[in-house]
Parts: sequence; C-alpha cells; structure tokens
Amino acid sequence: MTKLIIIMLSAVFINNYVLSRFLGICPFLGVSKKLNQAVGMSLAVIFVMLIATAVTWPIQMFLLEPGNLGYLQTIVFILVIASLVQLVEIILKRYIPSLHKSLGVYLPLITTNCAVLGVTILNIDEGYTFIEAMVNSLGSGLGFFLAMVMFSGVRSVIEGADVPKAFRGLPITLVAASITSLSFLGFSGVIENLFA
Amino acid sequence: MSKIQNFLKGIVKENPVLVLILGTCPTLAVSTNVLSALGMGAASTIVLLCSNIVISALRNVIPDKVRIPCYIVLIAGFVTMVQMLVKAFAPALDNALGIYLPLIVVNCIILGRAEMFANKNKVIDSAVDALGMGVGFTLALFLMATIREVFGNGTWLGIEIPVLIDNHISIMTMAPGGFLVFGILIAVVNKVLNNKNPKKEFGCEGCPSADICGKKTCGDKEAE
Repeated sequence: MTKLIIIMLSAVFINNYVLSRFLGICPFLGVSKKLNQAVGMSLAVIFVMLIATAVTWPIQMFLLEPGNLGYLQTIVFILVIASLVQLVEIILKRYIPSLHKSLGVYLPLITTNCAVLGVTILNIDEGYTFIEAMVNSLGSGLGFFLAMVMFSGVRSVIEGADVPKAFRGLPITLVAASITSLSFLGFSGVIENLFA
Repeated sequence: MSKIQNFLKGIVKENPVLVLILGTCPTLAVSTNVLSALGMGAASTIVLLCSNIVISALRNVIPDKVRIPCYIVLIAGFVTMVQMLVKAFAPALDNALGIYLPLIVVNCIILGRAEMFANKNKVIDSAVDALGMGVGFTLALFLMATIREVFGNGTWLGIEIPVLIDNHISIMTMAPGGFLVFGILIAVVNKVLNNKNPKKEFGCEGCPSADICGKKTCGDKEAE
C-alpha cells in the first residue's frame, strides 16, 4: 500500500509529466487558455491514459514478452492507442452523447500526445505490476490535470499584462511555465522522507 | 522553388522548433547537454529522412482516408530501427535519451512534414525538405543545449569553461531553465526575423492532429 501511495504522489507532484518530464507540452500550451477547456482536456487525458494502460500492459506481458517480440513495442503501442481512442470516441458518441460533447473534441488530439504513449512505455520500463501501472497512470493524469488548471490561472493573469512586443504570445507563456515549474521543484525530495 | 532554397528554408525561415514551434517536448527535454541534443537531432533527422522518402514514394498508393494511420505505422517502423541501432552501437546515448527515443514517433515535426510536404511532392524534393528540417531541428537543439550546458553546468561538450565552472546556475539544466531558455530564444527569433505578425498563440496549423480533429485552432472550437 505504501508503495502505491508513493507511486501516486511522485507521479502527481515530483515527476509531474508536464512540468518536470516535458511530456504533453502541446496541449499544455495550446489548450490551457481557458479553465473549462483545460479541465475538459485533462479529463480526457486521464481517461485515455487509464484505458491505454489497461490495454497495453496485458499486451506487453501476455503477447509481446512470451513471443519475444519486445522490439515491436513502439509500433504496437501507438497503433493500439490510436485505434482505442477512435473506438472510445465512437462508443461515446453513440451511447453517452453528453460526455462525448464535453470530452469528444479533445479525444482525437490525444492520439498523438506523447504523454499517453510515454506513460504506457514508462509503466513497462519501471517494471510495475498491473495495479501499480494503473495507479501510476491515474497519478500522471492527475498531475497533468493539476498543471493544466494551475497554468490556466496563470495565463488568465498574463492576458491583461503589458508585455514587450517580441515576448507576446508564446514566449511569455513559456517564461510563465518556467516559473510554474519552479514551484514544483519544491516538492523534490519530499517523498523520500515522507515514509521514512 | 530551387533545391537549395528548399533546403535552407528548414534552417532559418521555417525552422521547425523556433518558428513553426513543432516538437517542443523533445526540444525541452533533451537539451540539458550538447551531446544528447546532437544525438536526438541525428536520430530524428534519420527518421524524418526515411519517412519523408517512403511516404513521398507511396503518395499515390496510400488511400487518402487512412493516410494518417499509415504514416504512423511507417514512422513507428523507422523509429524502431533507429532505436535498435542506437541500442547496439551507442548504448550511452540510449541511456541519455531514455524514453524520448521511442517518443520520436509522436514528434509533430515528422508527422507534420509527412502531412504538409511529403504527400504532395516528389521523392527528391521530400528528401531535401526532410534534410533541411532535420538540420534545422538539430541546430535549434544544439543552440538551446549550448546555452543550457554552458550556463547550467559550466561545460560545453564536456570541456570545462574557466570562470563558469565555479559559478554555474544549476537551475538552467533543470526543468524551469528549459522553459525559460526556450521562451527567450523564441522572443529573440521574433525580434531578429522582425516578424510583423508574431505568432499570437500556440496554433494548430502545424499540428498533425489538426486535420484529424478538423479544427483550425485548438481550444476555441467548442466554446461556441
């Protein structure tokens, strides 16, 4: 149990996907402008990360490894994720239209999101069990959510600021992201001492 | 457009990292030292070159409707080859790049060039375009890694730099330094190129998924 809590907390705070691992920067910069969009995108990411892990972990353990096909990991994972996202979108559209309306627009964007492929590969690399892998995916998704929500708040402040011309738009957003990620550095080393 | 112009546009005018703002994740992640930046640049360039050539050669064969999955499979195949080569001949580089090596698959530059250039142009032109873009990507990574390694670590390619080695700013090699240097570099490029219309937002034009989601700008779409 302690191990699960450690995995969870370190995925949310210390190894935050966006702010310290640099995965999923595109949606972080692209969709963080308004709070409701940031929330929608993050929920979609959490959702896809969980189902992607639930599918790719068994594939790796029960198909690729027994068959000595570990080298096919990259190809298989990206294809599985891409088709999974399509499938989920179709199912949502047919059976839960209200959820499709709020999350659907973000789903296709996630196919080529490196955070999702990253979390599935890292789960294998770290040698997690199925439960640990699912907890890690949930934690990574929550970390993404936290970063997106925090950053959309920061961005709404930048909107009204008087910024030098060359810095307008993306550059100042990146500088703000730098300061946001600085605040997350404060968490490093917390976990080691938490359960000591 | 002549071949030379085609090659040069990737380096300055349409630099994939600093002007088109593609492939931000690997740019930020592997630019902590010059050596891994060069390795990442080389690996991506090889994948880009191979995928552009093959996609351009197959542009009349691949049905339009399923082209994105086809491109992804082709790119993933080349990435796997590069991964195996790096693991076999440069294990140190494999360690330094870690998860970012397989993640070349989802690097927007590669899918973006396939979608924007290779599926409309001849094989030779696509190869030249890929080389230009690859060199542009590598140069941008090199520039960023140089700044971050020199100031953050006091070294350059492992060579110690007299005064800076004792006064290095460790934050530059950590995550916040990556964002900061990248932001300042883009601002400098905006200033130097004297962009009359600097990129206001992180747009979708370059994003390969833009076509799948059918929207021209991320974000603004569902609010209305």
